[in-house]
Amino acid sequence: MKYLPLIFANLGRHKRRTILTIASVALALFLFASLRTVVTTIGAYSQWGSARRLVTTNATGIVFPLPLAYANRLRAVQGVDAVSWANWFGGRYGDGKRFFANFAVDAESYLDMYPEIVLPPDQREAFLREKSSAVVGVRLLDIFGWRLGQDVTLQGTIFPGDWTFTIRGVYTVSDPLINDDMLLFHHDLLDERTGRQGFAGWYVLRIAHPDEAGQVGKTVDDLFRNSSSPTKTGTEQQFNSSFATMWGNVGLLMNTIGLAVVFAILLVTANAMMMSARERTGEIAVLKTIGFTDRMLFGLTMLEAGAITLIGAVLGLGAAKALYKGTNFNAAGFLPGFDVTVGTLLTGLGIALVLMLASGLVPAVRAARLPVVQALRHVE
Amino acid sequence: MIPIVYNVRSVRQRPVSTALTALGVGLVVAVFIGTLALANGFRTALVRTGSDSNVFLLRKGADSELASGLSRETASIISALPHVATGQDGRPMVSPEVYVLVPLGRIQDTSKVTNVVARGVSDQAWTVRNNLQVVEGRRPVSGRAEVCLGQKLVGRFLNTGVGQSLRFAGRDWAVVCHFSAGGSSFESEIWGENEQYMPVFRGEFFQSITFRLKDPGAFEDAKRELEADKRVTVDVHRESEFYISQSALMDRILRILAMIITSIMAVGAIFGAVNTMYAAVASRAPEIAVLLTLGFKPRSVLTSFLIESAVIAALGGVVGCLIALPVNGIVTSTTNWNSFSEVAFSFRITPRLLLDGLIFAVVMGVLGGFFPARRAANLPVIEALR
Repeated sequence: MKYLPLIFANLGRHKRRTILTIASVALALFLFASLRTVVTTIGAYSQWGSARRLVTTNATGIVFPLPLAYANRLRAVQGVDAVSWANWFGGRYGDGKRFFANFAVDAESYLDMYPEIVLPPDQREAFLREKSSAVVGVRLLDIFGWRLGQDVTLQGTIFPGDWTFTIRGVYTVSDPLINDDMLLFHHDLLDERTGRQGFAGWYVLRIAHPDEAGQVGKTVDDLFRNSSSPTKTGTEQQFNSSFATMWGNVGLLMNTIGLAVVFAILLVTANAMMMSARERTGEIAVLKTIGFTDRMLFGLTMLEAGAITLIGAVLGLGAAKALYKGTNFNAAGFLPGFDVTVGTLLTGLGIALVLMLASGLVPAVRAARLPVVQALRHVE
Repeated sequence: MIPIVYNVRSVRQRPVSTALTALGVGLVVAVFIGTLALANGFRTALVRTGSDSNVFLLRKGADSELASGLSRETASIISALPHVATGQDGRPMVSPEVYVLVPLGRIQDTSKVTNVVARGVSDQAWTVRNNLQVVEGRRPVSGRAEVCLGQKLVGRFLNTGVGQSLRFAGRDWAVVCHFSAGGSSFESEIWGENEQYMPVFRGEFFQSITFRLKDPGAFEDAKRELEADKRVTVDVHRESEFYISQSALMDRILRILAMIITSIMAVGAIFGAVNTMYAAVASRAPEIAVLLTLGFKPRSVLTSFLIESAVIAALGGVVGCLIALPVNGIVTSTTNWNSFSEVAFSFRITPRLLLDGLIFAVVMGVLGGFFPARRAANLPVIEALR
């Protein structure tokens, strides 16, 4: 510990170089944390899902609807507690540049199905009472500057025409992985206006016992196997997971770039450490003459490298954590719950240690092995 | 002007430091090229899907084929339009198509399904649509449950070989051919006959109608007439423009990603170059002083060091291009969020992109070299000569 002032004195010698190197490390780890968080967020989403919810879709494909008449038959299935349904609406607001999810849902059962969607009781009442109303996520309200009670008009893409909804509720989410930028409105209204009565996009089932998920799913699919619209039922987690895989091989892409980033910065730090060490050849010889052992010089050089990489890492990782948390970033709705995980932070610190070893090793060994007499010749 | 040989020789004095800096720049350039090659490849796949001389119709207000629906009546009205070109067989070159998504199991992990486009086409589609070529097998026979697969599906999904049978929509379909389509997104689709697809999917509706213009310049006329026609409610697109618009969202995501990543990396690499060049200036202070004493202008010294820094970075740029080149042509896939379907495409490195990478490298070098070079130019001569 008593050598700490010496290390700081060495770092302070070329202040600009030290600062630039620390900044490079910080940028690298910021980038690393950001890329890694894309992967962990998609991963978390694909793992997410209540063990008590199943999703039933048309076996032919997710874009095909199911008869609404299935609702009663689903309720009758042993082990199913509650049934709700929803339909993708695909409406656009304004120029349509900011995409957001909007669904027609069976209002009451849907809100009961998802306790994670938190709505004040009076707003919930108001929404349920009025067929032409909608609830929106708090983020969506912010993005478009809407107010409670305002009428908003969406252009239908699948269901043509202008659709005007009165915002009667603004929800927050108790689980960050649920989007807080959706718009939900009444399935009844969709049926009424389109005249397309009797269809649901998909069903959500709540089951009594999570361990019966497989069995209930099979019962449901067997029930409709020979009907005009066979079903495919899976847990909510399986459903989300299939969405997550639609991104393709994001993990590989992000990890490859992350590796390139870390390696590029390794070169920068290693270069800086070597330059510092080379300039100090004489000094190191003097230290040796006054009794510093080889081992101590090795340690000092390593610690200097460590100070640079660790300070950089703490800054970069801290900035990433604070920035995404502070701005409530969710990649325009594509990556809800975007947050740097503890695992990512620890991995980042691990990388800082590797950077320290890789960039400090050569100069440290060189310092330890320096032949004193020869080196002293350079001292002026 | 100080001869460049001076810089080259100086660089040789510090090979390790120079190599590390250059390689750092090189990695940034490699990531720059790699990520933009991804965006390029995706965009190219969709650009090539459409042709300038085709008109593409969707139901009014529909922003994708998936959201659209057009009746048989509309299709027959379109076929009778005077703007429609006539094929060699004397029939109008119109292709009313059924467009749906079906889940297919991937080869690597059959539990993961992907939404693949199943396109039901008429005979005309093979000539109306762009650059289609059957590469293996024969075209499906009308009336039979046969399909032809885009060649990018082959090998990535189960049962995609010619002679195998593919199961979707509750039926087995014989795979009778594979087709290529100039690298376009059609190569990620399952083509069957529209009349076969209708009953098993969405019933008596087409999703889009594409026709070849008799006179490719008459698009605006055709558009005006169709939109005024009371019998049909359609949005009229030029086919090429429609497919470009379908790539917009993904293209933007990929490009923004590329820009953010590479600009942050670039700042790090520039810092590295700054360090290296300051060290170079410091260690060569006496030399620089001599140059100044000999009568070289500070401006020439500045230029000389800028060139040195730029050359180091350009070397890195070349290395970066070499690192990035092998990704060219690698096939990857993602979901096109505009159409909700999977599109396979190849990384695409163009000469232009390589040039951009080199320019980017030189810019990094010049930025990183500027302050050190200015220090060299303003060196206090007397002090340095000691």
